[in-house]
Amino acid sequence: MLGIINGEVYDPRNGINGEVRDIWIEGGKIVSAPAASPPELGGTEGGRDAAEIIDATGLVVMPGGVDIHSHIVGAKVNAGRKFRPEDHRDHVRSRTSLGPPFRGEVRGATRSGSGYTVPSTYMTGYLYAEMGYTTVMEAATAPLVARHTHEELEDTPILDKGVFITMGNNHFIMNCIRNGQREKARDYVAWLLEATKGYAIKIVNPGGVENWKWGRNVSELDDEVIGFGVTPRQIVTTLAWINDELGLPHVPHIHAINLGQSGNARTTVEMIEALEGRRAHFCHLQFLSYGGKPGKRLRSGAAEVARAVNEHPNITIDVGQIIFGPATTMTSDGPLQYRLHQLTGNKWLNDDVEGETGGGVVPMQYKRNNPFNAVQWLTGMELFLLIDDPWRVFLTTDHPNAGPFFYYPQVIKLLMDRDYRAEMLAGIHHRARKGALLAELDREYSLYEIAIITRAGTARALGLQNKGHLGVGADADVTIYAKLDDKEEMFARPRYVLKDGEVVVRDGRLVHERPGRTLYVTPPYDAGIEADLRTHFEECYTISFDNYPVAAEYLPHCEVVPCA
Amino acid sequence: MKIENVVCPFCGCLCDDIVVEVEDSRITAVKNACASGRSLFLNAHTQAVQPKVNGEEVDWPQAIDAAARILNDAASPLIYGLSSTASEAQRKAIALADLLGATIDSTSSVCHGPTTIGIQNQGEPTCTLGEVKHRADLLIFWGCNPAEAHQRHFSRYSALAKGKLTPNGRKDRTVVVVDVRPTASSRRADIFLQVRPGCDFEVLAALRALLKGQHLDVDEVGGVGVVQLQDLVERMKSCRFGMIFFGMGVTQTGGKHLNVAELLTLVAELNAYTRFTTMPMRGHGNVAGADSTLTWQTGYPFAVNFARGYPQYNPGEFTAVDVLARGEADAALIIASDPVAHFPRQAAQRLSQIPTIVLDPEINLTAQVARVMLPTAIYGVSAAGTAYRMDNVPLPLKKVVESPRPTDEQVLDWMIERVKTCLA
Repeated sequence: MLGIINGEVYDPRNGINGEVRDIWIEGGKIVSAPAASPPELGGTEGGRDAAEIIDATGLVVMPGGVDIHSHIVGAKVNAGRKFRPEDHRDHVRSRTSLGPPFRGEVRGATRSGSGYTVPSTYMTGYLYAEMGYTTVMEAATAPLVARHTHEELEDTPILDKGVFITMGNNHFIMNCIRNGQREKARDYVAWLLEATKGYAIKIVNPGGVENWKWGRNVSELDDEVIGFGVTPRQIVTTLAWINDELGLPHVPHIHAINLGQSGNARTTVEMIEALEGRRAHFCHLQFLSYGGKPGKRLRSGAAEVARAVNEHPNITIDVGQIIFGPATTMTSDGPLQYRLHQLTGNKWLNDDVEGETGGGVVPMQYKRNNPFNAVQWLTGMELFLLIDDPWRVFLTTDHPNAGPFFYYPQVIKLLMDRDYRAEMLAGIHHRARKGALLAELDREYSLYEIAIITRAGTARALGLQNKGHLGVGADADVTIYAKLDDKEEMFARPRYVLKDGEVVVRDGRLVHERPGRTLYVTPPYDAGIEADLRTHFEECYTISFDNYPVAAEYLPHCEVVPCA
Repeated sequence: MKIENVVCPFCGCLCDDIVVEVEDSRITAVKNACASGRSLFLNAHTQAVQPKVNGEEVDWPQAIDAAARILNDAASPLIYGLSSTASEAQRKAIALADLLGATIDSTSSVCHGPTTIGIQNQGEPTCTLGEVKHRADLLIFWGCNPAEAHQRHFSRYSALAKGKLTPNGRKDRTVVVVDVRPTASSRRADIFLQVRPGCDFEVLAALRALLKGQHLDVDEVGGVGVVQLQDLVERMKSCRFGMIFFGMGVTQTGGKHLNVAELLTLVAELNAYTRFTTMPMRGHGNVAGADSTLTWQTGYPFAVNFARGYPQYNPGEFTAVDVLARGEADAALIIASDPVAHFPRQAAQRLSQIPTIVLDPEINLTAQVARVMLPTAIYGVSAAGTAYRMDNVPLPLKKVVESPRPTDEQVLDWMIERVKTCLA
């Protein structure tokens, strides 16, 4: 047994707001307080006296961080690593020997790595853990290459992880919608999630990625997908219905249409309304909350979008906050990446995936003195400050699209410290600053709210019952911070991080490497669908139906998360 | 017993429709495979063989001990090969290189390494092979000869394949071959452009100029008439979905990565007119996997050195041929490859001068000069694992017959444990 005693605990899921509490851990889980056994009674085995103690007096105790949207592994990320050696050269990590249980001067107890915006897998696991995060969701994988994603996840230590499976341009689903076969689409989605060992339905630019295979895109909810006669609206509403039918722990995770374009706030709000009350998550909403006229100067449309989010309790969002500096944009949104290549002149990687989706990668540099980037930055900030309910707005940088994940502490400081925010605002391009709503927003996040937007809220939105809180029965993923005035410094270097009850980080440095688990779902479906799928595979794929599913051997460390 | 949907591990096509018949742990028949694939299955050596140290048969613990000592005593060991083993073994090989502070390189460095460098300069507009099958109406094969090197490529994925938008297969596509000589592939093309050897860059640059509407005041470029080039440009601009497959005729002739970068730029620029894509014709069954595993564990796809404790990347410095020819490598671990048969003489000679360890199912030329020979099972025949197709689609390799031999992954795991205890 392990006790974390006298800490200032922030556990929003259980309504604990900075009260001094003791947290007890056994068998990798949070347990109830053991009976005190004073020395005169001789102490009892397994009781409080026998416990190992972390004295957290004066320290802040939170559940381990839970990231709802980050691109850390898989085909796109690896393509980004492969074609960006310039990203890695100055950002390296040496292999090390660790303290116990590796004492004895054995080299190689942790692995080396490299990469800034696109770190290698081991390094990604270490860096997240060293920032106090213990669960991370990989935001997009094409089903056809899910096997690759799982191989990389197995090489990403410490973290628990899940994979979102892209379905918004899937031929089988679009055919079902055209033919009015919602139930067949539902069974297919369930089969696909099990076959790919996925966690959630991901929708990226519905219909637009398929149209990109013809050199086109979609720009309105009722535009037609070439060759299928369906619309983005139909794709999104059908998948939202399927999600509810299957009782998946998460909701459909939506990257809407017109990402990055002036005036996209309108279509974003239209898509929120199109769901007609069904639950959904809109990711990296900053990129989808711009005002102004299409093709004209970019303005923040955060107010319009935040109003819609505030009015629709069925919606959660993550921000995708811009971090000034280098980034690598990578998304299944193929036409967007071509546009970014045209816009920046930077090298461009494109990968269309048969019958399913597409994707692209383009390096990026966000600059304070670039009016476009400055508007993007303040749009994200405004979303954070204008959406009232912290349980529905989450901290992400859409890593590595808007910036690397290890800048989360900077974003926390921007949210908690309005003077720092004003200082940053003063440093951005004057044209973006002029008349910006952000200058008038003096809201400051509390530690309690930060705990919501970085763990409690994300865990709840993901349907992870055992994460994001410190109640009895929760996974013993705990982060302990020094209470510092400089919130960036506080959140960048936790004093302790525990994963499944074991100390993995001390004073911001990794001290113990262990594997994490891959979380996936197995919703039930009518096995009769397999006959249809065999025909579909023969007609549409270049691999056989039998070689498509990811076998259990690829997930030696895993956990099935139950559906409702 | 009949086993269906078997993935053939021979080349980058990874055809996954092979049917293998097995009787008494012996493969008796192979259906659907090309001649190379059939030969691989029918002639697979799976029987028990003892490892050898200095030509003497030893047991496995002794062999692993000898190998670990060689690697541990070396100041600058080299790990090379990887392209004909499974990604599970590749990941272990990289872990071993990290542990030792070794140099690690794959056969990519002598085939499509320049492609990687070109992509690092220009990016890569690409797609999976299914997109080619279903959409491509213009196929260009440049400096490659799939009719002989990737024998089922035409029928499964490209020239002859019948797809959704190409229901009549070959009739619905225009096939262009660009090469320095007529080949079995060029004989099956609609258009054959014969480039003067070493002039690929010039021809690619001329195509880019013509695409931009420039007038060329010459009659021919690199042996190809400007009229023919203009015709090709028009076809490229007006097709529905174009694809350039390219091989070592582009990557290993003068200019190397500059040729590739020029080709990639041309393809990117064509997307202003229509959808256009490109793909390297990867040779070995899992050479694409070697690039992938090295990249996700180290950040770099080949030519990686761990001497400083972290990965460094520098083709020309940390590529196997260079490390050997300069005499820097003082021990070598060769996994599923035969560099003595393929490397320049100076590099090959070095392998016989230093203690070399070979992990391979076959007694190849390198094994004959090796100090330690570790005979392993064959991925896709007598061991299960994962391989990445030339378009980076991962496929599961099956174990179709039992073999008493350990897998590369197992042997590398033993080696890692032994090296760790040596170090401790």
